[in-house]
Amino acid sequence: MKLSLETIIDQYRADPTRLMDILLDIQSAKGRIGRTAIDLIAKKCKISVVDVEQTVSFYHFFSTEPRGRYTVYLNNSVVAKMMGSEKIARAFEKEAGCTFGSVSSDGLIGLFETSCIGMNDQEPSAIINNVVFPNLTVHSVKKIIEGMRKGKKVSELQTVKPGDGNNGSKLLTTAISNNIRKKGPVIFSEYKQGEVVKALTTLTPQVIIYTMKKSGLRGRGGAGFPVGLKWELCRKSAGDKKYIFCNADEGEPGTFKDRVILTERPQLLFEGMAAAGFAVGSDQGILYLRFEYYYLKEYLEAILDDMRKKKLLGKNIAGRSGFNFTIRIQFGAGAYICGEESALIESAEGKRGEPRDRPPFPVNKGYLGRPTVINNVETLCAAAKILLFGEDWYRSLGTPQSTGTKVLSISGDCLYPGIYEIAWGSTIGEILEMAGAEKVQAVLVGGPSGSFVGPAQFNRKLCYEDLATGGSFIIFNESRDLLKDAVLNFTEFFIEESCGSCAPCRFMTVILKNKLEKLLHGKGVAQDLVDLEKWSSIMQANRCGLGQTAANPIRTTLSNFNHLYTVLIRTNDDFVSEFDLKSAVADSCAVAGRKPMLHGA
Amino acid sequence: MSKPVIATASLAGCFGCHMSILDIDERILDLIELVEFNKSPVDDIKTFTKMCDVGIIEGGCCNSENVHVLKDFRKNCGILVSLGECAIMGGLPALRNGIPIKECLEEAYLHGPTIEKGNKIIPNDDELPMILDRVYPCHEIVKIDYFIPGCPPRADLIWDALVSLVKGTPMNLAYETVKYD
Repeated sequence: MKLSLETIIDQYRADPTRLMDILLDIQSAKGRIGRTAIDLIAKKCKISVVDVEQTVSFYHFFSTEPRGRYTVYLNNSVVAKMMGSEKIARAFEKEAGCTFGSVSSDGLIGLFETSCIGMNDQEPSAIINNVVFPNLTVHSVKKIIEGMRKGKKVSELQTVKPGDGNNGSKLLTTAISNNIRKKGPVIFSEYKQGEVVKALTTLTPQVIIYTMKKSGLRGRGGAGFPVGLKWELCRKSAGDKKYIFCNADEGEPGTFKDRVILTERPQLLFEGMAAAGFAVGSDQGILYLRFEYYYLKEYLEAILDDMRKKKLLGKNIAGRSGFNFTIRIQFGAGAYICGEESALIESAEGKRGEPRDRPPFPVNKGYLGRPTVINNVETLCAAAKILLFGEDWYRSLGTPQSTGTKVLSISGDCLYPGIYEIAWGSTIGEILEMAGAEKVQAVLVGGPSGSFVGPAQFNRKLCYEDLATGGSFIIFNESRDLLKDAVLNFTEFFIEESCGSCAPCRFMTVILKNKLEKLLHGKGVAQDLVDLEKWSSIMQANRCGLGQTAANPIRTTLSNFNHLYTVLIRTNDDFVSEFDLKSAVADSCAVAGRKPMLHGA
Repeated sequence: MSKPVIATASLAGCFGCHMSILDIDERILDLIELVEFNKSPVDDIKTFTKMCDVGIIEGGCCNSENVHVLKDFRKNCGILVSLGECAIMGGLPALRNGIPIKECLEEAYLHGPTIEKGNKIIPNDDELPMILDRVYPCHEIVKIDYFIPGCPPRADLIWDALVSLVKGTPMNLAYETVKYD
């Protein structure tokens, strides 16, 4: 039975801070969030209509118009395109009888594009009604659409067998593969459920924080903030309630490690969250999970239930009186920016995912104004292992400034894309060899917000002292047109994902893209390269990491692959315009019914 | 040495930048000592009578006449300066850039709430400039040598820029003159 709008809103006690959940449930039950729904939410939650509208319009998995009984979201990221998603897109259009961005005339099938969905090692892939379809072929697209026309359930449309590891387990049954190529000693090593929280019962919060500090563990999301310090700051911050967030929004194109950790080590993560809670004095954990991973919902909730039953979560955990910690899952709805911690908090409070001004920092004033710790999935898992095996063990791995291991998501032009847990300090060359990559033109380390590096720098090491990374590692071979296939696409990605709050992020990204296109059209002059360089440095003025790094694909290729730009330059001209009067006046003359007069122009 | 010659024009702008030029108040008398004006709304000279040293452009290009004037300035001026937000970025007129020109014209002349009944027509006389598909900043059409930002740039900034330009001295740009957010 389908739930009524009233019931859905009441389920969350008409709490405006749970607006994301209300909207997600309505979108799922009704296929859209229409006028009636928006008005009713505003009335019942006692917020203004625009408060609801601005949240609805911010996330790309929300829509006010129907998107078809079956809604296809095809990944349009760089690696998806390298693996042939254009052909898949044409196949979907041919079979469905509508173009991308629209719904078929019978309302059955909607075709839409979406940014990286965390499946770079098994592209082309798409999400259809929350189910992921990896490794698509023209043939499988045909079968999928045939199934839709027969009215099959979306789970019955899958044309390939369930993937490896827990992907094939009863609660998950997804065609996604883990592709774990290298297991390291921290994240993917042996682990027994419950051993972390049991170990905690003999420790004090002070000892846990001290251990974290000594271990040298730094945040694995990309920024590398010291974990012990973050926990200590939050512990010392005054507040009647504190929160532990796990950031599982991994939206950086090319990263998919958190998906695999959530599939294979969810208990370890939840115990890590409990440990963080114990250390800072928080009894509430929230896993902020990107909507692209909605297929994990039942699986993760079943694990949380099981852990509660076994007293590994809940009240008096592992028999220790007063050790209380519960975890709930908060879903996003499609927005890269929500991986930024203050945007994530805004989103979890039911608002647009716009980064906050800092200070105050989340450790002082975070979720619902309370002290909040936000750590990445991998960070919390590593923290849990450190509590089991000690700081000395952890320090023995990696380099002095970058202790422990790092889980890399490797994709692009290589024989073995997938997950590699390596010790910090490995060189790019060593990693390329492991991944079976040959004739490499460039590696994008750390996703589009990171750096493009070329063969001259393949002896550089992955670590905070040299090349820091959140884990995305995309390989481009010599056959790729780096500027057209990668840099342009990533710049478009940032335009799409900018929240629009800071002016340089909102429009300089567009100006830079236009410049790049001018160069690619063969209309570039030397001054254009000077402009690109100078103007991209203005991005530093933006408030958050997304805005500050949005020009990185251009900046790092300008410095490391300058020859790709200089060959595009017209050396004999000092100015070239792309303006064409004839085409610029064509539309207005047509609608006014007059003949364009182009002489003398 | 003869005085440097200046020309100015307002394209798709509001004349606010020209007003700001006049806002240099009594210094306009000093300016007349320093420079000579040629084609400009300031002295109402309609066509270029000689090559100019500096051309100052207010406003971007929204129609074919703007493009024609801008190209004429480029031909007749040694140095071309974009003055103000509209010349540099398109400014307020560029708000229409996200809307197809067909919709804009139909809204303005056929369906708008202030349109009177009967005889609705989108103006189509050959004497009228042709409307461009979007509003272009000047530097996308011709080479622009300098940009003076602001909406409008304040009189002191214009004064300093012009004096530096004609005297060939470096310009002192205080932080608050280029920070607008």
